[in-house]
Amino acid sequence: MARIELSEIAHSYVPRPGEESEYALKKINNVWEDGAACALLGPSGCGKTTLLNIVSGLLTPSRGRVLFDGRDVTRLRAEKRNIAQVFQFPVLYDTMSVYDNLAFPLRNRGINETRVRERVLEIAEVLELTSFIGKRAAGLAADAKQKISLGRGLVRSDVAAILFDEPLTVIDPQLKWHLRRKLKEIHEKLKLTFIYVTHDQMEALTFADQVAVMYEGEIVQVGSPQDLFENPEHRFVGYFIGSPGMNFLECTIDGKVAHVDGADIRLDEKTAAKGLEAGGKLELGIRPMYLEVHGKPGENRVEAGVRMVEDLGSYKIVTLRLAGRTLKASLSDDQPVPEKRAWLHFPPKWTRLFADGWRIK
Amino acid sequence: MEKWSNNKAWLLVLPVFVIVAFSAIIPLMTVINYSVQDILAPGQKVFVGTEWYREMLGDYRLHEALWRQFLFSGLVLLIEMPLGILIALAMPKKGWGVSVCLVTIALPLLIPWNTIGTIWFIFTRPDIGLLGAGMNNWLGIAFDHTANPLDAWITVMMMEVWHWTPLVALLAYAGLRAIPEAYYQAARIDGASAWSTFLFIQLPKMRGVLTIAFLLRFMDSFLIYAEPFVLTGGGPGNSTTFLSIYLVKIALLQFDLGPGGAFSLIYFVIVLLFSFIFYQALQRVGKGEKV
Repeated sequence: MARIELSEIAHSYVPRPGEESEYALKKINNVWEDGAACALLGPSGCGKTTLLNIVSGLLTPSRGRVLFDGRDVTRLRAEKRNIAQVFQFPVLYDTMSVYDNLAFPLRNRGINETRVRERVLEIAEVLELTSFIGKRAAGLAADAKQKISLGRGLVRSDVAAILFDEPLTVIDPQLKWHLRRKLKEIHEKLKLTFIYVTHDQMEALTFADQVAVMYEGEIVQVGSPQDLFENPEHRFVGYFIGSPGMNFLECTIDGKVAHVDGADIRLDEKTAAKGLEAGGKLELGIRPMYLEVHGKPGENRVEAGVRMVEDLGSYKIVTLRLAGRTLKASLSDDQPVPEKRAWLHFPPKWTRLFADGWRIK
Repeated sequence: MEKWSNNKAWLLVLPVFVIVAFSAIIPLMTVINYSVQDILAPGQKVFVGTEWYREMLGDYRLHEALWRQFLFSGLVLLIEMPLGILIALAMPKKGWGVSVCLVTIALPLLIPWNTIGTIWFIFTRPDIGLLGAGMNNWLGIAFDHTANPLDAWITVMMMEVWHWTPLVALLAYAGLRAIPEAYYQAARIDGASAWSTFLFIQLPKMRGVLTIAFLLRFMDSFLIYAEPFVLTGGGPGNSTTFLSIYLVKIALLQFDLGPGGAFSLIYFVIVLLFSFIFYQALQRVGKGEKV
């Protein structure tokens, strides 16, 4: 069990980094509480795997400290940390049986064979591997192999956290769901800290209680799935989470009204005031599901052109054109879609304002 | 479902068949043809059936050459396989050192085989060779590969190891480079020692390339001719007369085409048989299931 704390972590793969762009990780401060199920979400190349390798000890960060329960482990090597890692594709010892694979980390640590047997059989039971425990690991299906990789972490009774680096990439879609449920089950049973790296928002949001979104070497927001959806701290979170992502419109503020190239959108008073204060490049953001599309003009509605309607079965995505900008709105299936012209309403409650990419609170 | 016969398909296979016929089947048939006849003079031949086979199988000089050949190939594999793997493990993994190492190691493979024999012949000559003269004159160890059978064997082995270990090293290096980084990372997290990492990750992952290296080194060393022929000519005495050297003596120097043909076929069957056995055995290594 451990609480994992990252303090001022920065990492560069260049020997003597100068500019900020040479850093794969810029400045990371984060805490993962003991026993939490956390996800690290971000696009490819944002530094997720680098961060994970720093936590597991495969990489030593250029700057900053890693603390487990307040103990500084930054310089401690991977095998000395009580952490396990599951990789993108199953990593197995091909010549060994499933049993020997599971026993390997224990045998390396000089644990006696009776205890090894006890632990291995116990974990095999949890992971439903008992039926082929004597088989060679190399011949099994991808999901069983990935369970063995996980099992090699779980057998160690001292293990405090398990790190997952996109572990479901090579698994068939139907089995993905099954395996993800299994992971949740194991998490509830064993109360270990799970850190799950993925670029798939669905995976992150369903697996974790707490999701950290990474973008270009920084953690831009940490929060519950709902938080990330409703209150994105950064325009990247708005864009990355949700399908389709948040709509953004560049604007200027005048009193309570945001001007978007001639179209006037009423804002919440407090937000508008803070926007005026903040300055910088201002953008208005709204989730497609909160953007109201009407067939007639009315109060606080702006006119827009209807470009395209995609029917996705249970809902529709409407592509709209407002003052030379493209917007998307998602409408429930029973709601009529106006032809050619539509009048949009931006509910102030759901309309967010961003200054230089960051949300104005 | 009934098979649909399409005779035109045979036309597509024809070019391959013709090439294989010229490169393998026709020469082989010629050898078989010689091996069952006694050719007394051009145009004058007698069918003798299996007589040459019986004669060659009973030839004690062939037996000696065969055991010599097995000893040679055995030593070659015992020395070159571990040494090649060791070199591959010691080579740098990135940076400019990689190219330097690869080129340096590959150099012996680029030299014509006769030249290799000549190089080592001069190198080990007791009067002018760097190694030979050095041993005799500076170190005071009597060393003469032209007079002493043991010295001749040591020289042939050194030459062979120098010439062909690079091949094993290059293949092993390619195998090592193909192992994804995650395997090493997992091994570190599992607390594996360097020896365990070698035994359970590197060696199993190299099995494919090492099988190829093993078979190539077995076949090539079993068929070796040019280098020992130039270096020792099979001597002193018959101490380095390997199968191919003996075969050339019978077929070309004595011009006994019948016994030579029979010998060639026996030789061929032995190489084929052992390559098959080794291949099967290596395919099974590490595939046993434990309960």
